[in-house]
This record gives sequence, C-alpha cells and structure tokens, in this order.
Amino acid sequence: MNLVIFIFIVLLGFTSYYFGRKKAYSIQATNTRLTALPQFYGYYLAIWCAIPAFIIYSLWAIFEPSIVKLIILSDYSNQGYLDDELNLIYEKTKSLSRGQFSGEITTYLETSAEKYLNLRSIAQNSKVVLILAIIIASIVYGYKRISSNNRTREPVEKFLNAVLFTASLAAILTTIGIVFSLIFQTIDFFKVIPLFDFIFGTHWYPAKAFVRDASEPLDPSMYSDTFGAVPIFAGTFFIALIAMCVAIPIGLMSGIYLAEYASTKVRQYAKPLIEILAGIPTVVYGFFAALTVGPFLKDIGTAMGLEVSAESALAAGGVMGIMIIPFISSLSDDVITSVPQSLRDGSYAMGATKSETIKKVIFPAALPGIVGSILLGVSRAVGETMIVVMASGLAANLTFNPLESTSTITAQIVVILIGDQAFGDPKTQAAFALGMTLFLVTLSLNIFALRVVKKYREKYE
Amino acid sequence: MNKNKEKLLNSRYRAEKRFQFYGKSAIFLALLFLTIFIFKIFSTGYTAFQKTWLIVPVTFDAETMYLDENPSKEDLEDADYFDLALQTMFDLDKSASEKQQNDLKRMVSYFFEREIKRELLNDPSLIGKTKDVYLTASDDLDQVFKGNYPRDLPEDQRRVTDYQLKIFDQLVEQGRVESKFNLSFFTYPDSREAELAGIASSFMGSIFSILVCLVIAFPVAVLAAIYLEEFAPKNRFTDFIEVNINNLAAVPSIVFGLLGLGILLAVFQLPRSTPLVGGITLSLMTLPTIIIACRASLKAVPPSIREAALAMGASKMQTTMHHTVPLSMPGTLSGTIIGLAQALGETAPLILIGMVAFVNTIPGSPLDPAASLPVQIYIWAESAERGFVEKVSACIMVLLGFLIIMNLFAQIIRHKFEKKWS
Repeated sequence: MNLVIFIFIVLLGFTSYYFGRKKAYSIQATNTRLTALPQFYGYYLAIWCAIPAFIIYSLWAIFEPSIVKLIILSDYSNQGYLDDELNLIYEKTKSLSRGQFSGEITTYLETSAEKYLNLRSIAQNSKVVLILAIIIASIVYGYKRISSNNRTREPVEKFLNAVLFTASLAAILTTIGIVFSLIFQTIDFFKVIPLFDFIFGTHWYPAKAFVRDASEPLDPSMYSDTFGAVPIFAGTFFIALIAMCVAIPIGLMSGIYLAEYASTKVRQYAKPLIEILAGIPTVVYGFFAALTVGPFLKDIGTAMGLEVSAESALAAGGVMGIMIIPFISSLSDDVITSVPQSLRDGSYAMGATKSETIKKVIFPAALPGIVGSILLGVSRAVGETMIVVMASGLAANLTFNPLESTSTITAQIVVILIGDQAFGDPKTQAAFALGMTLFLVTLSLNIFALRVVKKYREKYE
Repeated sequence: MNKNKEKLLNSRYRAEKRFQFYGKSAIFLALLFLTIFIFKIFSTGYTAFQKTWLIVPVTFDAETMYLDENPSKEDLEDADYFDLALQTMFDLDKSASEKQQNDLKRMVSYFFEREIKRELLNDPSLIGKTKDVYLTASDDLDQVFKGNYPRDLPEDQRRVTDYQLKIFDQLVEQGRVESKFNLSFFTYPDSREAELAGIASSFMGSIFSILVCLVIAFPVAVLAAIYLEEFAPKNRFTDFIEVNINNLAAVPSIVFGLLGLGILLAVFQLPRSTPLVGGITLSLMTLPTIIIACRASLKAVPPSIREAALAMGASKMQTTMHHTVPLSMPGTLSGTIIGLAQALGETAPLILIGMVAFVNTIPGSPLDPAASLPVQIYIWAESAERGFVEKVSACIMVLLGFLIIMNLFAQIIRHKFEKKWS
C-alpha cells in the first residue's frame, strides 16, 4: 500500500511537470512574455505537487506506529504494568492481529488486537485522504501561481539550492551519528566502571562479564578487574609500532626513489603496482598473515629454538606494515615532488651529490609533509581490524614480546560484538567505550596530520 | 692532500650508490611482497575450481525406493532415495562391516541422495537399470585426490580412515574418480560441508549491499560536492563541513560498524544481518570518497566554460547543471567506482551489524539475511576444516577479480571520456 502511494505521488509529479509546461506554452501563445523558460513552469508545478505530499507521507510513516502504540497501551495504563511488560503486550497484540500469535489468547488481547486492526485501517484511510487533499490543494495553488505568470525560475532554483545544501549536511550528520552512537553507551559504561579503572587497569577479561539477569540490580564490584584497558592500549600501540617499523623504511625509501631517481618508465609501472597493495581488502591480508606468515615465523622460530606463538604480534604487525607501505610511499612521493626545483639546483650548484641533496636539503624541506603522511599511516594502523582479528590473538596479554600474541582495540570490539549483543550490558558498552577511544585517537591523529600537511603545502605555494 | 680529496670523493660516491641501492631494494621488497602474496593465493586457490566426483554404479531398484510399476512424476518426487543411495555405497565393498559401511557412506557428501534423485528425475526410464552416477566426493577425499592432504600421517590424526583410502584407491585405479570444473562453487550457498560450500549467497549479499550503497551514496555525494564546490559561500560553516569530510575519510571502518549497530539497528530497528543495513553503513563510509573525487573533477572544469555559459545568460544553477556537472561526470563516476570497490572489500563494519550469520539460502532481496564476499572469506578462514583453505583462496580470487574489473572500468572511464583541458 505504501509503495502504491509512493509511486502514485511520483507519477503525479511527472504528469504535473507536463501540465506546467503546457500551461507555459499556452501563456506564450497569447503573446505574453514568459518570466522563465517553459520547463521551469513544469518543475515548479511538479515540486508543488510532490514535495508537500512527500513531507506528509514521511512524517506519517515516522509517527504512526508510536501513536497507535500509545492508543493501544492507554487501555493498560492504570494496571501497574512495567514498561517491558507493556512492550510485550504490544508485540503480542501485533502478532495476534497478523494471525501469527501462538500463545494463550486472552480477551484483553483480543480486544486490543481488534482495536489495533481498526486503528490501522483508520490510519491508512485517513493517510490516503490527507495526502490526496494536500496534493490537490498544492497543485491548485501552484497552478494558480503559474497561470498568473508569476516568477518560476527563482523559486525552483532556490529549492534546488536547498536540496544541495541538505545533501552537504550528510557529512556532518554522519559525524554526529558516530558521536551519538558511541557516547550514550560509553557514558553508561563509565557509570558502572570508573574511568580510572578503565584507563589504568591491567586486566582485560570481558568474557567474565557474562550476561546478567536483567531483574537483578547491577553490582559494580562484579566487574572490578575486568575492564582494565592497559593491555589493549599497549597491544594496539605495539602492533602499530611493528607495522610502522616495516612501513616507514620501505615506504619512505620507495617514495624517495620514485620521486628523485626513477625514470618515467619505471615510475609509470612501479607506482601503480605498489598502489595495488593499498587496494587489496584487509581481510585478504588477514588470511595471508594467519595462513602463511604466522606459521612461517613459527617454523623459523622453532628452528632457532625460540618459542613463537602461531598468532604472533610480529605476523600481524608485519603484514599490516606491508599494507601501509603504499600510503607512505605515495604521500611522501607527492610531498617530495612538490619541493621547489630551486632548492635542488642550489644544492647541486654547491657540488652536492644527489643523495646528499636528498638527505640534507630535500628531506628537511619535506619533513613536515612526510611526518603528516606517517601520522596518517599510524592512524590506519591503529584502526586496522581484520588483520589483527585473524592473525593476532584475541586474548589481551600485557606483553612487549613480538613473538607472543596480543590484542588491539579493534580486535576486542569485534570479539565482543560478534554474534548477538545485549544492549545495556557492560560488556557491550565496553566495546562502545573502546570505539569511542579509537575514534578520538584516530580523529586527533588525522586532524593533526592534515593540518601539518596543509601548512606544508601553503609554505611552497 | 689530493689523495685525501679523492678518498673523500670516492666515499661520497659510494654513499650515493648505497642510497640508490636502498631505494631500489625498497621498491623491490614492496613488489616482492605483492608477488609472493598473489602467488600464494593463486597456488592455494586454483584447486578449488576443480571438484572431485566418484563415479558409482547405481541400480535403480524400484523395490528399494518403494515404487509401484509405472510411477507418476509425483511418485518419483516422493520416492525414498536414501535407502537406494546407502545401498549404492555399501555395494562398493560387499564384505564391509557395519563400521566400514559407515565409512563408505561418509566418502560422499550428504547430497548423494539428491544427486541420485536428480539422475532419475531426468530420465525416469532408468528404473530397474544400472547407471554410473557422479557423486560429490567428501571434502577430505577431495583434498586427498588433489594432493593437499598428507597421506602418511598416522590414521588417528587424519579425518580419512585407511579403509576409505583403500576403497578410494581402488576406485581411482578403475578410473571411477574424476575431477571436473567446480560449478557448484558459484551456484551453491554457504554450507558447513566444504565440498558443498559455494559463494552464491555471499556473492548476492555483496551485490545487494553495493547496490544499496550506490543508490544512497552516489546522489547524496554528488549533490553535496556540487554545493560545496559551486555554491557554498566561504564561511566558517562550510569550512566545518570540509573538515568533517576529510576526517570521515580517515575514520577507521570499524567505527562505521559501531554507527550501524548503535543507530541503524538499535534506534531505527532495521532488520539485522541484511544487505540493506550493510549497504547503508557502507554508503556512509564511501560518501567522503565520492565527495572528494567529485569535487576534484568539478574543480578541473576550467572557469572559461562557466563564464561562457553565464555570458549567454544562463543562471548559476543552469550553468552548473547543464555544463559543469556533465563535464565533471567521468571523474565523478570513476571516483564512485573506486569508492564502491573499497566498500566491496570492507569486512569489519559488516561483521558488527551481524552479516556473519550462517546463511545457507541465496538472498533474493536486500531485506534477506546475507553475508558478503569478504565476510565469507573471514567465516571460512576461521573454520578448521582443511577443505575450506582452498575455498578461501578461491573466494579471494573471485573478490580480487571483481576489484580489478572495477578499477579497470574506472580507468577506462577516466581515460576515454575525461576531457583534457590545457
């Protein structure tokens, strides 16, 4: 039914476009000068026809269920039910009205179900009537405006401008959405677990916080020594460090080589090839790390008499480093190429070799940009999920031995939230608190890095 | 004095050589990783495109199937094929003990009953006759036949018994084992049994997610980019929007998963595990990528075009919609495709919104629970069974194939249709 209304409105919108344009032609035929091109008359009428109807339509869709629920449950309001029980009654009523209810049917429920169906049909009918009325009213209004040859281009363009502006708000809305989705759960989490315990605690065993009975009051002492995030922060930092140990030398050196030494031909092929590394999905890297690199390191380690875990931080960090190489290489390549030629010429004129010029002149000049690219790489490493989930351990050990397994913020979020989640449970909330930490850390890294890069660009422009 | 100078010069030249060598080896290392990587995936994955079949003579005995004479089509549909199928397997070794009979049964997939049924439904005249039927071998025997399974392990450490190996070798000798192209890998949904697992369900899940993502992200991103590039006044607010877009592009994908979980599932109560929610989550992620690409290509349209249109009396909106935007479309489209390719490879956010559920049906709409190709890779990679290793690699090959096609497509659009202004 809703789809039918939707299609009806759309079709009506198209038809009114043609009507509007026709009207414009007929005005033109009377030798009156039009105030805009004929199609603007069409757009004008189409907008008047469809937009008010759509607004009513979507408002209705948003508010109808909750209003119906309110009316149904008002019958039960004075009987001392809890909120959860009321919700259950409502769900039962709904499924009974659909004929899918398989529990005990009481007379109360039956009357509610009847009332529900009744309300729904009233709502449906009044919706159709209201939307039709709105459409007719707005078309009549719009048509009148057109007939008196009012301006049509300006309002249409104003409307389009508003649409464009609304679309550009999407980015802000997404950010707000991220903050909102994280903040409430995080606040709830810190109501149970003190912030201090979270930041400085050294034991992380979320599995201990099993789903509790909802009717029992929350006992914070139950969770002491459960959500201490130090091992995870340390693991995140450690794996990112290993990754950067791989990525920085290789990425930076290949960036320098591509920018300064490579012939156009080598550059033409090597650059996109290296960038393929950035296009490979991270789950593929994870599989590679878990299947190939992990066992390989273990074999080497055992041959050397070392004890290496099959899921070592080294395997995860190393593979993550390979993934980050192209980020650093192409960004530092860009940065180095944008160093002005005059600096190089000056250095060559003083008799410096190419490598001396790079080390003593270009590198210092490009340093801010390179630092920015490295920071962006670090932010990638901190936020990387699948490689760690698949190749490093899921247990949070507080260790700085690269041959043992550690866990990271991202991996713990996945471990906690995979499968069914119970909102309102400290364990689930812990994942959101970790997400908040991750968001804040990467956000500040990004803002800082982007600012550094921007400043650097301005310097040479 | 002169000698010292020469020495210094030589050492400086050596330093130069060394530095160049470091640069070359860095590039070499990066390309080496890429090669190892691709080689490893292909060498473990290519066998998954072959499937091992046992060719077993089946006697379609009407009595075993409880069929009357001249059965109708419905009778054939409802007949009991299980006993017949069991009997077929037991006939491979008439002297088998009860335990060995069980082993015999486990040499083929549990689809053997259906495979025999299909054969008879195709040709009902087979009743009472004997015909060689292709049965899917169990994943362990499949791996043995492909040489991926070490036969020299002690019996209690492998999943194939000595007895099964003996019968299997007999069949191989008689030429009754055959390897054919594994079509079911592309047409079957996921399964707990490696020999029957296919990518159809996760493939459809990926397609639906990407479509939802495209439908939402593309229009919003293009409109936003047009506003920011062409209409937005330079003020604090538009600066703020810009900062937001740049930051969103670098927010870790898992945070978008938390957004999907905390807002789309918890607040808006959208159905869990569905490509609809996955697509919306991915669209929020690709939005900044497309906006940035679209803005770049709008910026590349030279001002002379706009000025010419304005000079002819077009309004600002007409100039933009009739001239600037169409000219920027190739760049926008290729940016969109690259953004979608990124979204196609994304795993973590989809795991959080529940697209890791085991789905053994092929989803028919974005509202049916589904996995996606990368999530399927994750699910299979976490399974212990040996048969899944090659499946993972094969699934990766399919995914990489799609990514390559999409990127090539983006390149072609860019090179073919983009106008060079100079």
